[in-house]
Amino acid sequence: MSQEITQDLTVEEQELLECVYAKPHTLTDTRFHYCPGCGHSVIHRVLMEVIEELDIQDKTIGIAPVGCSVFAYNYMNIDMQGTAHGRASAVATAVKRILPDRYVFSYQGDGDLAAIGTAETIHTCNRGENIMIVFINNAIYGMTGGQMAPTTLIGMKTSTSPTGRNVETGGFPIKMTEIVATLPGVYYVTRQSVHTPNAVRQLKKAFTKGFQYQKEKKGTCFIEVVSNCPSGWKMTPLQANEWLVENMFPFYPPGDIKVPK
Amino acid sequence: MKGNEALAEAAIRAGCQAYFGYPITPQSEVLEYLAGEGRKRGMIVLQAESELASINMVFGGAGAGARVMTSSSSPGISLMQEGISYIACAELPCLIVNVNRGGPGLGTIQPSQGDYFQSVKGGGHGDYRLIVLAPSGVQEMADFVYDAFDLADKYRTPVLILADGALGQMMEKVEFREYVPADHIPPKPWATTGKGKGHPRTFITTLHMQPEKMEEVNRHLQAKFRTISENEVRYELVNTEDAEYVIVAYGLAARIAHRAVQLLRKEGIRVGLLRPITLWPYPSAVLQTLAPQLQGVLVVEMNSGQMVEDVRLAIEGRTPVHFYGRMGGIIPAPDEVVSALRSMIHTEVPEAAEAH
Repeated sequence: MSQEITQDLTVEEQELLECVYAKPHTLTDTRFHYCPGCGHSVIHRVLMEVIEELDIQDKTIGIAPVGCSVFAYNYMNIDMQGTAHGRASAVATAVKRILPDRYVFSYQGDGDLAAIGTAETIHTCNRGENIMIVFINNAIYGMTGGQMAPTTLIGMKTSTSPTGRNVETGGFPIKMTEIVATLPGVYYVTRQSVHTPNAVRQLKKAFTKGFQYQKEKKGTCFIEVVSNCPSGWKMTPLQANEWLVENMFPFYPPGDIKVPK
Repeated sequence: MKGNEALAEAAIRAGCQAYFGYPITPQSEVLEYLAGEGRKRGMIVLQAESELASINMVFGGAGAGARVMTSSSSPGISLMQEGISYIACAELPCLIVNVNRGGPGLGTIQPSQGDYFQSVKGGGHGDYRLIVLAPSGVQEMADFVYDAFDLADKYRTPVLILADGALGQMMEKVEFREYVPADHIPPKPWATTGKGKGHPRTFITTLHMQPEKMEEVNRHLQAKFRTISENEVRYELVNTEDAEYVIVAYGLAARIAHRAVQLLRKEGIRVGLLRPITLWPYPSAVLQTLAPQLQGVLVVEMNSGQMVEDVRLAIEGRTPVHFYGRMGGIIPAPDEVVSALRSMIHTEVPEAAEAH
């Protein structure tokens, strides 16, 4: 339990308290820099909870992207590499090839994974690299201030699609998750979210499966998390989660896309 | 053995654990040799989807603590520059091989030294240097691989072997000396190998948002580069003791210049050769030492005149510096170099003698 909460209590009072919920030791004490309501904080925590529960903190190497989660290594209390924009899955490939008995995951946003890193993503999956790719899709470039992403919905307003994404000038949103699911090297593909407590629980199960399959050397596991960007979407966190359900889910429906037979 | 194959064989013998690369002429033999012989002898060999992926795999593999390398030729090396900058900043030891072909653009598959600037002046973004080794024959294609890996580990820095298409393709006799790891190779506690029970975790990053921190990183890198400059300069001198003229050339051009020196000596012209082996750090000091005895310096390159700038920086006007070069994949003949030196001697206005 946090010292900030318990410091005013007597020793006797503290002894009466039962710890029912705590920060996993797989997260550092560094405070998240994420905006209020942003999905990254929850996703980080869920991922780190799974690593703690599987007791693989000392055997896991994470690969951080460029994007809002560029500082993931400041929060995730595991060995990590921060990489060039879009190249996380290439870096993860090499780490896993060098250290095949370790767990390796990349954590990438939509710009990183589905625009500048498309080739690396597709070919890592096509080789069936035995890693887990975590794909955070909030349909916007958050870090650089809300520009159009490859996954921005048609008609969605961003700073570089100020009147809404127009397919004639900006093309269509890309469904990377469905694309990689067609590749034989990819073993498990699912699309999850963190907009409700139940969704968080489902994501946790997906991460657990991802690591389990990696242990069994089954091939690439690809987990998309449809997330939000209250700042970029110019909404309150609650509005953002409602908008996500109403607008993101029809195009990016949650659920398993490729599951082991 | 072909130069490319000798280099690949040396990488296996040097204990290189992983190779990541993409086919490109005139160096695909490196990937081909390793895909067969390297894999057979336990090396991880991955044909990547691009040079961009290759160099980032090198980043990941080096970051995981392994001895790793990639190789390519000019356009592919251009594509790698982003990754090389990250590797230099993250201080990850690795070997990068550029079997230089003619450019710019898609250029030609013939040999060239057009990538000198890219190799020694940075190439990618930001303030960094690569240790650049320039072999001039198949034997050195092999030998320098050992040296490159050891230097990379010693200084935690990427090392570039800058060859060219002729050195990669030519066949010469090569002897592989036994690889003995240098005793100064330090352990790699910074590598991300999974933190292990009871150990502090480690992470590799090149992002420092505070300018003060970023300057500190730069100061650290520059201090390291100064140390390298003070300790790792390598060059070869031929017939310079009594020389009135010196030809400066590296790699394949140095072999041609060497022949030219022999021809000119027969004519009684007192000419010597300085062959820089490390292109960075550059052997400026030896040029400064030689300058007072010289009546002129001729720089011979297979490009439009790149290294000549470093020669002029070193000479600082103490003696005339002339240039002779061929471009686009053309290898100058020894006779051309002889003529260039003769005209340099006989010209009254030195700068006018520059041939292009």
